[in-house]
Amino acid sequence: MGNTLQDDALPNNNTLLGADELVLNMGPQHPSTHGVLRVKLKLDGERVRGTECVIGYLHRGVEKIAENRTYQQFAPYVDRMDYVAAVSNGLGYCEAVEKLLNVEAPPRARVIRTILTELQRIASHLVWLGTHALDIGALTPLFYCMREREEILKIFEKYCGARLTTHAFRIGGLQYEAYDGFEKDVERFCLDFERRIQEYVDLLTGNSIWIGRTRNVGILNAADCIALGASGPILRAAGVKWDLRKAQPYAAYDQYKFEIPVGTNGDTYDRYMVRIEEMRQSRLICLQAIEKIPEGAIMGKVGKVIKPPAGEVYHSIEAPKGILGYYIVSDGGTQPYRVRIRPPSFINLQALDKMVRGHLVADVVAIIGTLDIVLGEVDR
Amino acid sequence: MNPTLHAILVFLQTWWVELTCGVVIVAVVPLVAGYVVLVERKLMADMQARLGPMRVGPHGLLQPIADAVKLLIKEDIIPDEADKFIFWLAPVISMVAALTSMGAIAFGPSFQVARDINIGILFVLGVSSLGFLGIILGGWASNSHYSILGALRSTAQLVSYETAGGLAIISGLLLSGTLSISGIVAAQEKHHVWFIFLAPVAAFIYLAASIAETNRAPFDLPEAESELVAGYMTEYSGFRWALYFLGEYANMIVVGSVATTLFLGGWLRPFPNVHWLNWLDFLPALIIALIGVYSIYRAGKQPVKIQTGFMWAVALACFAVAFVFAAPWLIQLLHKFGLAGSLSLDFVIPGLNGAFWFLLKVSAYIYVFMWLRFTLPRYRFDQLMHLGWYILIPLAIVNVFAVGVAMLLEANGLNRWLAMILTLIVVLASAIFLVRWHDRRTESASTASLAPDSYAG
Amino acid sequence: MLDSILFYFFGGIAVIGAALMVTSRNAIHSAVFLITTLLATAGIFLQLGAEFLFIAQIILYVGGIMVLFIFVIMLVRLDVALHHIRFRMKNLVVTIVIAVLGAEAGAIIYYARKLPGQGLFIQNVAPASNLTPNSEKLAQSLFTNYLLPFEIASVLLLVAMVGAVVMAKNKKRSEDS
Repeated sequence: MGNTLQDDALPNNNTLLGADELVLNMGPQHPSTHGVLRVKLKLDGERVRGTECVIGYLHRGVEKIAENRTYQQFAPYVDRMDYVAAVSNGLGYCEAVEKLLNVEAPPRARVIRTILTELQRIASHLVWLGTHALDIGALTPLFYCMREREEILKIFEKYCGARLTTHAFRIGGLQYEAYDGFEKDVERFCLDFERRIQEYVDLLTGNSIWIGRTRNVGILNAADCIALGASGPILRAAGVKWDLRKAQPYAAYDQYKFEIPVGTNGDTYDRYMVRIEEMRQSRLICLQAIEKIPEGAIMGKVGKVIKPPAGEVYHSIEAPKGILGYYIVSDGGTQPYRVRIRPPSFINLQALDKMVRGHLVADVVAIIGTLDIVLGEVDR
Repeated sequence: MNPTLHAILVFLQTWWVELTCGVVIVAVVPLVAGYVVLVERKLMADMQARLGPMRVGPHGLLQPIADAVKLLIKEDIIPDEADKFIFWLAPVISMVAALTSMGAIAFGPSFQVARDINIGILFVLGVSSLGFLGIILGGWASNSHYSILGALRSTAQLVSYETAGGLAIISGLLLSGTLSISGIVAAQEKHHVWFIFLAPVAAFIYLAASIAETNRAPFDLPEAESELVAGYMTEYSGFRWALYFLGEYANMIVVGSVATTLFLGGWLRPFPNVHWLNWLDFLPALIIALIGVYSIYRAGKQPVKIQTGFMWAVALACFAVAFVFAAPWLIQLLHKFGLAGSLSLDFVIPGLNGAFWFLLKVSAYIYVFMWLRFTLPRYRFDQLMHLGWYILIPLAIVNVFAVGVAMLLEANGLNRWLAMILTLIVVLASAIFLVRWHDRRTESASTASLAPDSYAG
Repeated sequence: MLDSILFYFFGGIAVIGAALMVTSRNAIHSAVFLITTLLATAGIFLQLGAEFLFIAQIILYVGGIMVLFIFVIMLVRLDVALHHIRFRMKNLVVTIVIAVLGAEAGAIIYYARKLPGQGLFIQNVAPASNLTPNSEKLAQSLFTNYLLPFEIASVLLLVAMVGAVVMAKNKKRSEDS
């Protein structure tokens, strides 16, 4: 990993020209670190020679808390990890516990879960796009993305009452029935969204300044991705066609036809293209799903008290940020013995050191943005 | 009477217009710059699907006043180790340079503080380059490593793009043959066409260079908030920062005025020599009167009484201004009907129409600045310098040659437009070549800079 | 009358600026006072009707050379470096220079009194509007009579620029390797 750096010293002022190596601190409070992340950059003039990330500013002990809550009580906690994409976290957890209980959610619940998760994927990518563009200097896409995200959050609010930390799913299925007009709202959003994606593409994709700032910046090739365990759009931009929705289908993904966008270079521009295309594919999945939502129950056969048999399970889903995994060990009681979460942002963040070497200081901001990390997930 | 008193009175009598203009510039331009900031925020909001400042005053119209008051009453913080004299001096230099260079700009055929300096454009260019001192001294006076770096970067950017901009201006000057501002506009009138059509590449180079001169996006890396080196303005707060900020917007107005004078025809109306378009002379009065009519129309739709009153006030102001603009024709009309025989045209302000066209063009230029700011991402510093030195300066040099050759061909009898198109083809070809070369160079440079150490395994 | 007032104003600022520049302890302060002196001199040029010289002074001297001075002072941390310099004969040199300059000034004033019209006090100043425009005359003579020196000076400047770039590049390459 990164070399051990000196403690953040002041710039070396002994020589007349002061041309020594410099440790630059991008502190926990910074407009571009997307959360409380501290990055120590070891600079040689303008070039970055290495980094060291200091995390833990948002550590809340979620995994330890899980050992003292019942399975249902723990579900709202997982929303707060990747707070930008709360629904995905909930999906992973509920499916993991269902696996442990050997229970399947009914088809209607699975389809509604898929629709909400894909909408959440779009919302998460919209936040990423807006903030990433803002870091690179394009002021306008942020507001356009927030405008679209507002529509999705309205759907969430109508569905379960909350916009951000939704706790939308329950172990065994759903609590709330899809409200009247759910399909209409989703359809209206999806039909309008294609035009909006075209707006973002028009603003950024062909823009030579954007290309100059993102082409060949932060390259992470396939071998490095796999060695570091990076997943999600980062892995796919490097050329590896691996998406858990196709490789190990969960929820209702095996019923729908969609493509997995793959990049070639593994640079920031490719990650941008992959995420834009993923938004398009999510939209297609939603449109296919709302065409026929099966009738039936929304809750499976799960009792009021959940006591899964002793055992362990590992279940992973394709969250917007990457592969989100839950490893739950049960000892037969109402509270889990151990919940270990595999957060995609934490593992993707390790790639930062490799990606910034040799780049200029101004690129560090772009590279942190392209990793799409959420500190709630990194620190838990 | 007392000879010194007499001398003073003679002095005031000869120079009262210039003195008043000077006072007006120092008093009014900061206020105008403040309202340009408001226009930018409203425009930014409009392009971003939101409303912008709405609370302070009707539709946010008192926002600049509120900002100015807030900045004035802020605590004056000076960093501990900072050099107090230079810390005070730097924003003052920046503001003074911007305001002084406004003195030479002619807003109309008779609106000019310093009348007919025969080095008009050069004066504006030179004095506005004094503003760089304000930046570099400001960065140094903050006594912070990052401020100094930001100031040096900013100055390096400004100096590079000033070279490119100066060369672009030379192309325009070649066509006009004189440095004085009224001479340049007269030359455009004589040529029957704005110089942007005779030297379009020069106009676009100057557009790019002036955006970089004023540290605007996409060239605003030295003062962007999301970058690590926070720039020369970090340690400045309160009114000192306001001086820098207003100096930047005043600089925008200056740069817009230079571009308008040189390339957009100054105070000439569109098609100044085409006689059948003479009705365009009525446009200023007409446009303002139409704005007044629109205000009356909107006044009926306001929800609150005070807003209705405000719209009526705006309408009345528009009609008053339109009346002033239309005064010459109204008086001629009255003369024709034999009424108001004693009224002469003497008190009519000459050149008011010209001032309207000039301000319209400067506003359009600044609109383009703001439009580009909200649309384009930011250049990285090395890309910025590369653009300036490798593309814009060579292109500007080629353009100077091209314009010279075109003028030579025209003097030897070739049709002016043919000569211009021939040389334009040459310049555009060189532009394409430079950009291709730049792209190939950045491709090879970035692949070469990747560290070869492999992490896998 | 206005001319005299302006002349003494600019002259006074120039002299005061020079004095402050020489006596100031801080290198940047000296640079700023030198800038004021140069600007005042430019004002005097303008008064004499040499407007091109006035603007050239501002663009090149103040806007170019002084900015370079300030860059160097900042980058080389002259404030720190100056503490290390020991120059023993400072007082002697200053005394000699002041003596020589004083003798010259005295000689000028003395001979001005003796030979009127060739000295300091100008009786009738020709108004600047009577002079032909300075920039045009300068350009004409520069590009017709003095073309060869002009070209040689341009080549010299080009050589200086290229040399500076080459030296900086070599240093960087040697540092990298």
